[in-house]
Amino acid sequence: MRGDNITTEEQRRQLLEELFEKKKAGKLTPAERFKIPPQPMPEQDHNDRRHNVNEVALGYTETVARLEAMRCLQCKNAPCIKGCPVQIRIKDFVAAIADGRYEEALDIIKENSLLPAVCGRVCPQEVQCQQTCTVGVKFKDPTKAVSIGRLERFVADHGLAVAGTATDEGPGTSLAVAPQTGMRVAVIGSGPAGIVAAADTRRAGHDVTIFEAFHKPGGVMVYGIPEFRLPKAIVQKEIDTVAKMGVKIICNFIVGRTRTVDQLMNEDGYDAVYIGVGAGLPTFMGIEGESLIGVYSANEYLTRANLMRAYDFGKGADTPIAHPKKVAVIGGGNVAMDSARMAVRLGAEKVNLVYRRTENEMPARIEEVRHAKEEGVEFRILQSPKRIIGDENCHVVGIECLKYRLGEPDESGRRRPIPIEGSEFTIELDAVIIAIGNVANPLIRQTTPALAFNKRGNIIVDEDCKTSMEGVYAGGDIVLGTATVILAMGQGRIAAAAINEYLARKKETAKQPTDRR
Amino acid sequence: MPHKIVAKKQLSQDIFTAEIEAPLIAQAGSPGQFVIVSINNQYAERIPLTITDADVRKGTIRLIWQRVGKTTAELSDLQVGDEIANISGPLGRPTRIENFGTVVCVGGGIGSAPLLPIAKALKDAGNKIISILGARSKNLLILEDEFRRISDELIVTTDDGSYGRKALVTEPLKEVCHRKARPDRAFAIGPALMMKFCAEVTRQFDIPIQVSLNTIMVDGTGMCGGCRVEIDGKPKFVCVDGPEFDGHKVNFDLMIKRLNAYSSQEQQAYEHYKKFSRRRHGDGPGWTTDNG
Repeated sequence: MRGDNITTEEQRRQLLEELFEKKKAGKLTPAERFKIPPQPMPEQDHNDRRHNVNEVALGYTETVARLEAMRCLQCKNAPCIKGCPVQIRIKDFVAAIADGRYEEALDIIKENSLLPAVCGRVCPQEVQCQQTCTVGVKFKDPTKAVSIGRLERFVADHGLAVAGTATDEGPGTSLAVAPQTGMRVAVIGSGPAGIVAAADTRRAGHDVTIFEAFHKPGGVMVYGIPEFRLPKAIVQKEIDTVAKMGVKIICNFIVGRTRTVDQLMNEDGYDAVYIGVGAGLPTFMGIEGESLIGVYSANEYLTRANLMRAYDFGKGADTPIAHPKKVAVIGGGNVAMDSARMAVRLGAEKVNLVYRRTENEMPARIEEVRHAKEEGVEFRILQSPKRIIGDENCHVVGIECLKYRLGEPDESGRRRPIPIEGSEFTIELDAVIIAIGNVANPLIRQTTPALAFNKRGNIIVDEDCKTSMEGVYAGGDIVLGTATVILAMGQGRIAAAAINEYLARKKETAKQPTDRR
Repeated sequence: MPHKIVAKKQLSQDIFTAEIEAPLIAQAGSPGQFVIVSINNQYAERIPLTITDADVRKGTIRLIWQRVGKTTAELSDLQVGDEIANISGPLGRPTRIENFGTVVCVGGGIGSAPLLPIAKALKDAGNKIISILGARSKNLLILEDEFRRISDELIVTTDDGSYGRKALVTEPLKEVCHRKARPDRAFAIGPALMMKFCAEVTRQFDIPIQVSLNTIMVDGTGMCGGCRVEIDGKPKFVCVDGPEFDGHKVNFDLMIKRLNAYSSQEQQAYEHYKKFSRRRHGDGPGWTTDNG
């Protein structure tokens, strides 16, 4: 059977059986693997999903996942692993899925990543593992690479369904914790970097507490990334896993206000601190009209919608949100896409995405751009607002924009947008959502004099994520600026390894004087 | 970590006060700072309330609030022994306390509550305190005794003349500014409109005035920017840059409009709560505590 006309589950199952028999006999050639069509991700219909916040991508079935996994050539040099910020043994977990050994596949991922159900959904695989995938390279089309992210998600969801939590006692040793060391670690922030740092230091037997400023843990995964991209129940399960390992989570605790880093170290008995407080303050454009009613930072808009569930206002949720009919979202990243798509779901009739470069320069994932377009978001490229216009009641009624053209590449390597003089025009609106990035929150900086920061307000660390203060480590957006979940996780892991080493050394030196006496 | 209400008192028809367990906040808080409260772990909204007092030994903070919407009504319906799910803080920058000389402190309505710890600290720093407390009518006036204790002079006004002098607070403020012994500094906390007019009065006399702004907030740590106001034409975040600002630089007109951004939704939520809430206890005028 050839792969081209496969549409039904039955046909897929047949194809899988044929291929699997061949594979078992050691006769499945690369040429045959190339012929397996890339398996599409089933999605909610775009007309339906405009009216709900349920997840858009529905996930692979077992048959589909195994077929997709069969496409992997099992390259000796495994370029995919080099593309992964945390070096997951990708080809091995994909091979395990192809054979139907899902628990083993999950265990392989868990060696390097604690949050597969999250990363399978939100990682930008197309610029990481899938960018370097040999299959994609062969077809000269990265969208035809093995869908590593979808496979990761499949196997994580399968694990969640089977065991309750992705790392529940069942397979593997992810929950195993070394004997108590008597050392205490404070982790500030419960986002992806903090969760990984907490889990890894807890595994080494330390007494670990996570401090979260909000009333719910999860950081950007609960306040920022919307339900339709990352269901909150999944984040909660990942957090439950960490709690099950014995990590304490204290919410409503603002380091820098409730207690300072110095107090944690000097008065509260913490031997090491990991700072993963995230990106912090929203950037505005500095143009006229930004304080008008109806102008939101994406942080505010998404926090109201996601963390506070304002889309259920009056149905159990108390936080209001505006329901504008005509919206402009400023920016071209994932946060801009999330905001635009949330506005669609909150009943906007017209959502404009205003971006001053072109689609090629957009930092958003291709898939998010596609989803936004399918849902009716209108892309206005090479445009940017010059001022926001309000009425006599200080409500937004429109933006005046300038048209742009692209010039020479700037320091980011992207072509610099240049405004075209005299090209002003107006868009009528009743809300503007500004999604042009964040700068570091100054709270820790203002209250931790011994900590070194760079000019942009980010914490300076070495290759081990160690800061200028002894025993204090940092990672994620507070170090990187604005990054991704997986990069933050990678830093959490590096920092945790360094903390474990530091604490082992500290324990050793603490012992020595007694030994010599 | 939930926070138990250890004492509660109704101060006027719609104003309540409670002592609440929050040992870390009691220890870390300073005058001028606030907390964010959300009463349950489902999807209750987060509202900012200023800390009126703290008892480090007992590990409690004192909050005062006015019943104006769903969340404040729910808070008012909680009883001694009940718990508030989330209180985070202390937030915002503390008030700059020093010996300015003579300070006039103007409190309007519920604004007297956040003003009290500031006035106390100013008194302790050696200032002469002239307090002006204003309310719409006698039954809405709060903290008169507390202010009398710490003030060198206390002037009370009501809009309707039911108690004290029938005037708006700006009238005695103007008179005080006119005195030969001119005040060196003013503090005003109350409705935005009141603070605006207090700022106008002190501007005429070139007397610096600090105001504390009570904007809408979500996180309270600088992350959302929903609280932003225009100070000297530039956007500032009340939660991290404030809540106190130079009253002469605040764009009050814009702030007042932003405060009303959700008024229809807030009204709708409150009406719904009033209709369906079963817990509508009447409180007596005295404190209720665990000991009765």
